[in-house]
Amino acid sequence: MKLKEKIIEILLKFCASITIFTTIGIIAVLLFESIAFFKNVSIVEFFTDTQWTPLFSEKHFGILSLVSGTFLTAAIAIIVALPIGLTIAIYLNMYAPKSFRKTLKPILEILAAIPTVVYGFFALTIVTPFLQNIYPDLETFNSLSAGLVMGIMIIPFISSLSEDALYAVPKSLKEASFGMGSTRFQTAIKVMVPAASSGIIVSVILAISRAIGETMIVAIAAGQQAQFSLDPTIPTQTITSYIVQVSMGDAPQGSIEYKTIFAAGLTLFLFTFLLNTISFWIKKKYQEKYE
Amino acid sequence: METTIEQTLPMDKIVDKSLKKTHTIEVNDAKVWYGDFMAIKGIDMVIKPNTVTSFIGPSGCGKSTFLRLFNRMNDYVDGFKMEGKIKVNGRNIYKDKVHVEELRKEIGMVFQKPNPFPKSIFENVAYGLKIQGIKDKKLINDRVEKALKQADLWEDVKDNLKKSALTLSGGQQQRLCIARTLAVEPSIILMDEPTSALDPISTSKIEDLIFELKEKYTIIIVTHNMQQASRISDYTAFFYLGNLIEFDKTKNIFTNPQKQQTENYITGRFG
Repeated sequence: MKLKEKIIEILLKFCASITIFTTIGIIAVLLFESIAFFKNVSIVEFFTDTQWTPLFSEKHFGILSLVSGTFLTAAIAIIVALPIGLTIAIYLNMYAPKSFRKTLKPILEILAAIPTVVYGFFALTIVTPFLQNIYPDLETFNSLSAGLVMGIMIIPFISSLSEDALYAVPKSLKEASFGMGSTRFQTAIKVMVPAASSGIIVSVILAISRAIGETMIVAIAAGQQAQFSLDPTIPTQTITSYIVQVSMGDAPQGSIEYKTIFAAGLTLFLFTFLLNTISFWIKKKYQEKYE
Repeated sequence: METTIEQTLPMDKIVDKSLKKTHTIEVNDAKVWYGDFMAIKGIDMVIKPNTVTSFIGPSGCGKSTFLRLFNRMNDYVDGFKMEGKIKVNGRNIYKDKVHVEELRKEIGMVFQKPNPFPKSIFENVAYGLKIQGIKDKKLINDRVEKALKQADLWEDVKDNLKKSALTLSGGQQQRLCIARTLAVEPSIILMDEPTSALDPISTSKIEDLIFELKEKYTIIIVTHNMQQASRISDYTAFFYLGNLIEFDKTKNIFTNPQKQQTENYITGRFG
């Protein structure tokens, strides 16, 4: 009997450690391949050059153009998702009847369950033509429709997590505000949202992190041209869609083109790691406040 | 004669006291249900202006529910249903036309646990004025100072008005909540076990405060503490299982109760 317990424990430990070792392994590979990359390309060029053309004959390695594409699409997505997501959260928390809230919340979360390739096609075949009716100069591949659709995709991240944060605000604060003669809207804006602000910020950071790491939508709808520009109407390339492009193509293993995806991957990892760390830190501080 | 004076003066010039004397609460056969559960089983009551009335009774007797009828705070409870009339200053507050927000400016409330907003001390007291759309900084400053003085908190906080209200002690927080309520100049103040989360010294400060506030306000207080009820209130109402068992001058309730149940409760035989 004791032996059986021991075996089970070892098995469980093994499973738990797999995830840790995988993470360490991935980081190690990213680091080693990136170091190899930076033996060929100077870090200064990597961070200051504004062109990214590793696949052309005249090679430039300026990650800024991929970073600008990444942040442009992510920013458009947040501009869409933050107001809508927060409005939904406030509606669910302050206005919706309890039973309605219980059904609406899971339905919203389905938005996050739609395969991103579907969103990508939606952006390319429906949103872009629609936007071209309004603004004919819009190119077929552009960061605007990719960003808009990505914004819709990340709405549930913001609405759901922000609603959780609003829900966690002590009921006594809501009562105090109503007791003073505030309307629901005044209570939401002046008491609930400020009291839940750390949780709401965490939800936004996680949504940004998700948008930065998103691949399929931008690969399909935003094009494959790295450009150091914040013009949303022209094609762009994000870090993720560049990695897709190279991985799908036939860059020979060990070549400089091949190594670029590790340097790009490491950059992306650092961004998302930073964002997750910030949100973790805010969350921890926030939990202490209410204990 | 009085009415003509009131009519000729602009509204804000009327001295508070003369108006507030007219604020009474009249309850007529109030019944409350939460879903199928009947929480209040038909209560009549008249509360006189400028008095302190205590609601006592064992847990679950309906005293808090009854108190929260007066500023319609039960409206948010699921399955809440109400019958009967509650008139504040002659006006039935459960008619559809009544503006709940306006009503709550007239009837302030202090809660069981101190619940200041996570804002500065100043912003807490100014909150009620700001949501009314008052922008006049001088008026707000004056009202905040006056309210903090009335709540006997001004000396403690006058140099730290910008500090977070959450840095205050429990007793100070509760006095801040009272100041917050006073700042909008209500005529009636409801208190739902306002000292149950406080230490004895803070409790006695709040009790002194209630005694002073009685001059200008009508106060109704729910309490579990019988000594408190006898110390601070003019009238006491004893509730049991959703019924009003006895309602009389506090002195009579505690020295010569008419009902056996009241006597059992105040002598500690049950509850």
